[in-house]
Amino acid sequence: MDETEPIAVGGQTGADPVRRSGAVLVRPVPVRKLAKVPFVELADGRVQGVVSSGSDIARVYVSSVTAVGHGLSCSTNNNRPCGALHGPYPCKHLRLLLSEATLQYGLPRVARYLRVEVEPDGDLESALDPHHEPTPAATVFSRFLRHLSYLELPEVAEPMPELHWFGGTRAVD
Amino acid sequence: MLATQLGTLLAGEVAGLDPALDVADGLDDALAHGLGRLGDPERAALTALAAAVGGSPLSTPVGEAVAKLAAGTVADEYLAALAGARTALFGAAHDALLARLDDALGRQRAEWAGAGTDAAAVPLAAARSWLTELAVTGWRGVDEDLVAASAPVVAALLVEPRTRRLAVLLDGFGAELRACAPVATMELLPVRRWGDLWSRAVLLAQDTWPGPAEPVPVSGRLLPLGVDVHEHATAVQVQVHGVLESAEGVRSVRASLVAAKVDTIVGPAVWSLFDAPVLLGALAEHRALELADMPLLPGGDLRWRESAARLGEPADPFTTARLVLPTATAVAPPPLDRHPARLAEPVLVEDYQTVDGAAVLDGHRLRFDLDRLPGCGPLTPALVAGSTGCIGLLRWDAGEWLLQPLAVRATVKRKPVVAATGDWALGPTDAKVAKAEAKNDAVSVLRERAGRLLRS
Ligand SMILES: [Zn+2]
Repeated sequence: MDETEPIAVGGQTGADPVRRSGAVLVRPVPVRKLAKVPFVELADGRVQGVVSSGSDIARVYVSSVTAVGHGLSCSTNNNRPCGALHGPYPCKHLRLLLSEATLQYGLPRVARYLRVEVEPDGDLESALDPHHEPTPAATVFSRFLRHLSYLELPEVAEPMPELHWFGGTRAVD
Repeated sequence: MLATQLGTLLAGEVAGLDPALDVADGLDDALAHGLGRLGDPERAALTALAAAVGGSPLSTPVGEAVAKLAAGTVADEYLAALAGARTALFGAAHDALLARLDDALGRQRAEWAGAGTDAAAVPLAAARSWLTELAVTGWRGVDEDLVAASAPVVAALLVEPRTRRLAVLLDGFGAELRACAPVATMELLPVRRWGDLWSRAVLLAQDTWPGPAEPVPVSGRLLPLGVDVHEHATAVQVQVHGVLESAEGVRSVRASLVAAKVDTIVGPAVWSLFDAPVLLGALAEHRALELADMPLLPGGDLRWRESAARLGEPADPFTTARLVLPTATAVAPPPLDRHPARLAEPVLVEDYQTVDGAAVLDGHRLRFDLDRLPGCGPLTPALVAGSTGCIGLLRWDAGEWLLQPLAVRATVKRKPVVAATGDWALGPTDAKVAKAEAKNDAVSVLRERAGRLLRS
């Protein structure tokens, strides 16, 4: 079974997943280094995320590949186009984005999201049929800011009984 | 827990449990189908639900809701009535299971003696609307767009501390539905789980949901037994189970810490989200805690304040579990939190054999809940398989009792080892894991990015 997929059947203790309150459907993502690609997601019909600039600590690139048509987009968060993205050739930001997406979600899930077939040890990039299709950076960037804002939420002192439903947290090894 | 106690726990049916759950199952199946277009099986299930609560104060609102829904009229309040009826059934199931457990273990339990405070006047209508749309659509109709519609609802609830509980629930539930969308392609739907999450959320989204109960200050010595970890992509809770010795006697208590996080913060890194060196130090170093005027909620939860605690003497959790836990009075949970999934009673099980993932005592089998071993600690299925002693939480799910390990005594390469879920609370003690964790930059990178980008 593909371990990065949500699994409808509980893990080792899955007696009856249909009538099991603690059925495990989502496993934690594998640990990956975040310095270069702090954020990547499969959402809004795109593999999209944020890539830190190698030269300027205050600058980030917003990169995305559309699931349908494989439209490539890369620009700074201020909408300045990435100078390294030409025609159908992904820039290094897009390459990093795709490889980190594969680490986080697993190759099969990313490939399925992009509607391509890739062998388990195959190359995702060569399976794409891309073209340049600039999209505004604002949507993805604001999703990244919302993601970061979780780390700044004030602490809450009350216990949360509802989190007992989220106790199946062990990554499958 | 002795073999005879385990035998009593497992012996025979719990009276009334199956019929109550059958009625709830009917509602859960109707929720999978969707309440917007009821067929005959769904109508029959709702009628059975109304009949099941017919002799209770829920009789009138549930009867009316079922009649309206059967006639094709949907409103938030009718769904609230259904969620209330379902919660009452699981509350009754919880009570029956807990009574069996207390009887088997000879456990004394105090009566509930708290009172909720006034409801917080916070806007909840948007959450109710989304939950209604979800129920009308049914699980089988859930797609990415329907789930995406919850994002602004959750964002608004998250920033208000009084609605954080609902926000955290909806965020975890939404992420799960999104990962499963389109649900129509799923083979087996976890209908009880989603029924649980939906009905919890509906109740928390009512304007009349009471505020948190008033705490009372307690002082004494807290002896930790172990820590239970709950986690989804954007939240983590560590819940310490322990025994409090005070002038009023010996009782079981819990201390919980909750932090918001993101999906890429996983494994031992989650400990670094908490600023609680005293509590985490006690876990990592196996020490007691001296409490002075720590707020205690009526359900047995300490509302943790680091300033009201200091590290005490070394205290072996296995000694606490053997000598002190049997003398402790357990606490009744808050009435609205009663549900079998929330049963988590600390026990000590010793001198068992592990066979096929279960502790076997005198022929009685108690399965380990290995799914609940947290990624932030050293406890692994292999250690559990090699164990002969276990401090764990007794849980109940899908018709069976389970033992969730918090700490085990095991033999590894002929050497005795003790491992507990909280051993890495101050950082991994295993050299290999510590080295890997030192490279895990998730928390520092994201905090740096947040500091720079959120305020620019
Ligand atoms: Zn680029």
